[in-house]
Amino acid sequence: MDFTLILFIVLAVVAVLTAIGLLVSRSAVYAALFLVLNFATVAVFYLLLGAPFIAMAQVTVYAGAIMVLFLFVIMLLGAEKLPKGQVMPWQRPLAIALTVVLLAEAGFLLFQRLSITTALSNPEAALNTEGAVQAIGAMLFSQYLLPFEVTSVLLLVAMIGAIVLTKKEKGESV
Amino acid sequence: MLLSEVSNTGFFHLVPLIVFFPVIGLLINIIFGGLMKEKVIGWLASAASGLAFVVSVLLAVALSGAHGEAQVIPFAEWIRIGTLNIPWNFRVDTLSVTMMLVVSGVGTLIHIYAIGYMHEDVRFKDDPGRFRRFFVFLNLFIAMMMILVSGDSYLMLFVGWEGVGLCSFLLIGFWYDKDTLGRPSFANAEAAKKAFVVNRIGDFGFILAALTMFWAFGSLQFGDVFGKAAEVAHAMPGVVIAITLFMLIGVTGKSAQIPLFVWLPDAMAGPTPVSALIHAATMVTAGVYLVARSAPLYTLVPQAQYIVALVGAVTALFAATIAVGQYDIKKVLAYSTISQLGFMVAAVGMGAFVAGMFHLVMHAFFKALLFLSAGSVILGLERGHHHLSHHEGHPSTTLRAGSEHEGKHEDAEPVEAFDPGDMRNMGGLRKQMPVTFWLYLIGTLALAGIFPLAGFWSKDEILADAQLHYPLVFILLTIAAFFTAFYMGRQIWMVFFGKARHDAAAHAEESKPIITVPLMVLAGLSILGGALNLPYLHTFTNWLGHTLGGEGAAAAEGAAHTVEAAPWYVLGGLNLAVAGLSTLLALVAIYLSWLIYGRKPLAAGQKDPLKKALGFIFTGMERKWFVDEIYWAAFVNRYVDLARFLADVIDGRFWHDWFHDKVLAGTYNWLSRIALDKVIDTRGIDAFFNGLGELTKRASASLRRLQNGFVRSYALAVLFGVVVILGYLLMK
Amino acid sequence: MIPLTYYLVISAVLFAMGVLGVLIRRNPLIIFMSVELMLNAANLAFVAFTRAFNVLNGQIFVFFVMTVSAAEVAVGLALIVVIFRTKHSIDVDLMSALKG
Repeated sequence: MDFTLILFIVLAVVAVLTAIGLLVSRSAVYAALFLVLNFATVAVFYLLLGAPFIAMAQVTVYAGAIMVLFLFVIMLLGAEKLPKGQVMPWQRPLAIALTVVLLAEAGFLLFQRLSITTALSNPEAALNTEGAVQAIGAMLFSQYLLPFEVTSVLLLVAMIGAIVLTKKEKGESV
Repeated sequence: MLLSEVSNTGFFHLVPLIVFFPVIGLLINIIFGGLMKEKVIGWLASAASGLAFVVSVLLAVALSGAHGEAQVIPFAEWIRIGTLNIPWNFRVDTLSVTMMLVVSGVGTLIHIYAIGYMHEDVRFKDDPGRFRRFFVFLNLFIAMMMILVSGDSYLMLFVGWEGVGLCSFLLIGFWYDKDTLGRPSFANAEAAKKAFVVNRIGDFGFILAALTMFWAFGSLQFGDVFGKAAEVAHAMPGVVIAITLFMLIGVTGKSAQIPLFVWLPDAMAGPTPVSALIHAATMVTAGVYLVARSAPLYTLVPQAQYIVALVGAVTALFAATIAVGQYDIKKVLAYSTISQLGFMVAAVGMGAFVAGMFHLVMHAFFKALLFLSAGSVILGLERGHHHLSHHEGHPSTTLRAGSEHEGKHEDAEPVEAFDPGDMRNMGGLRKQMPVTFWLYLIGTLALAGIFPLAGFWSKDEILADAQLHYPLVFILLTIAAFFTAFYMGRQIWMVFFGKARHDAAAHAEESKPIITVPLMVLAGLSILGGALNLPYLHTFTNWLGHTLGGEGAAAAEGAAHTVEAAPWYVLGGLNLAVAGLSTLLALVAIYLSWLIYGRKPLAAGQKDPLKKALGFIFTGMERKWFVDEIYWAAFVNRYVDLARFLADVIDGRFWHDWFHDKVLAGTYNWLSRIALDKVIDTRGIDAFFNGLGELTKRASASLRRLQNGFVRSYALAVLFGVVVILGYLLMK
Repeated sequence: MIPLTYYLVISAVLFAMGVLGVLIRRNPLIIFMSVELMLNAANLAFVAFTRAFNVLNGQIFVFFVMTVSAAEVAVGLALIVVIFRTKHSIDVDLMSALKG
């Protein structure tokens, strides 16, 4: 047995379990924390796949920034446990069924239609060096320069948007 | 003569003018008549007729220059269908020229007479505007009669035949809404209708003859028919008999013989010039002309000839007896005309075509004279009546002995019910109207057949021929001649002698020259007319002989040219025995009439002396042997019953009420109401379309539930779509 | 030597979980988080393919996805806050004004 395979299976189980935890937790905070754990697992996946920069970015941006933001808002709005829903009792089973169908279709596609036989090799030590990050940087600033710059504008817009949206009108509480 | 040196053929081409001069006259009168004075209208019409006479004279001259050879002048193409070719040709031969001269000559004189007569008549009836119409119709009649006599085929003859029938209708019913005294009445319209309908029956006979002729001969042209007559008669004798007898029906209609004479007495409802022109001189002679023209056919079938002669003779006697019992001056003359036509028809029936035509011409002269003089008498009475009621301020009354009417006044009615034509109102007019009296006397003597006036010569020719071959006809005609003299004498005594029996007659005035001068011309012709065919000379016989060939001449000559030596009493064709017998009978008749009516003139209100003497026979004569009543009961009422049955029962009750209303309409209504409305429309079509609406509503109601506003369900829908598309793509 | 398909299966499963979360949960924050989960699953697939084809383009794309999702989260959360201000509740089922 390969070390990486075992690692992979463990990580996969953890990822799935945390995802299920996200689905079923009554409390929003627990759900957020489950998601953080999920992100961490995925980060390790990235490392396994030889993408150190992305793994770091995942942890930093997703788990660090985005989830923290989520947690802020959860706190802000009161993570009350919402009562059991009364409307559309048929919706939950139907959703589950459809999702299962979706999965089935994906599986069908993967295993019947696409004949993928590629096996990914373990990441070499050489991959987790600064050489990898350099390569990404070089590509980012040469080939994908325009999207890069546009993304900066996008972020600016998002910031402004967030501020404008939540700006308090005069006389409003909260 | 200078004229005879002129190229004769040139004159023949004038022949269409005999038709078109009167047509132009009537067109001018129709279009411009409203702007013209009465005198202008009248003289224009007379000039049109006079010009036609001038052309006829020229044609006669030209014809004599051409030795009487018949000329056919083509005028226009009429019918041309396949092998059938019926052109409008004019035929100028001695027979047609004779008729043309009579029609236009007498016609012109009557036109002139009518100017004066109608001038007074429209004022008496209080409708001066109708003057123009009269002359339009008169010219139309001349045109139509000319077409009749100048046609070269039986069809052209028929066109004229029908045309004169139409004009007769128009002119009899001239005063269609007034009676003799101007009061509202439709009696004249009824008389006109009767004339037309009865004539139509005769026309039907003519049409049958024409169709049979076309079937047998293949053509209706005179030349073709007469040329083939002998061989067709040899091959199919029955056909020729049929043709001639069918033609006889037409003749009895147009020339007022038994059984279709009943229209002529009623036709006296028309103004007197109409009676003179149409119902004495010209139209009624069309039948005689037809038989004379068809001489080649008739001479081939002696059986038919005998029937024609008998019809003529019986009619002559029958009508003469009726004339004895009539009181209206014009009715006497009407029955006299029927009787004289019987003479003519008997003559041409016997094969004495020349005699028949001769009598036709003579009769035209003196019968026109008699009618017009009768018109003058009637006008005189109307004048007297007018004179009385307007000048003396009280209505005239009958001068009855007994004076129960003296002092009786009508209520402000300007017109009292008095008949100016009734001989019982007349009397003593000899003193009031002398000119008319002498003219009438000349006409009477001519009609009675007194030597040397016109009627003597023509009537005796007929009697002579009858005596030779047809003894029964001779007897009938002789008795008729006796009656003729008797009733004419009766008329003279009643009208002109004795004392006036009515105020109007007492104050009657003589007529103006415009009325009396044409009469004088006719009187002259009546006196001298016999010169046309004197014994030894036989001008007319020779003239007509060119057309009628040897047959007419031979029959007219009688025994003079036969193998046996002529008896001593036949001088140049004139049979002295027959002439003497008929003259004697005429004188006896006149004497008898003097005994009854002249010696002791009738007083006012007195019954006719013959009534007591003859009793029911006289009633029969008076009531025209109930012919009209019999016809009504036997034919007319039966026809009305049939028509009523067809209309009320078959058309009304069966066809309309039952079939249309119940069967057709009922079925249709049932169909539309029950079948279509209830079943198909309501349950079928309505249900379908209502159902569509319901379906849409329900579908939309159920689909509306998708829009429940919940985000989750929208997301679910998106996932559903994704799954489906993915599935589809995977399946491909 | 892990076959590529393993990674893709994981990615699919995580994605399905994310979809289920969006459909079932009534808390908009949880829904949002499920969306992030879906995005992550997609990122994983990208990186797996990068490794398979030995190009760097997949990683660049993941970079951009992350950036955009960060921006999106910022704005989205701001929206949720604003909604909470008016409705005083964050039950998604209450936001059914589009009901027709």
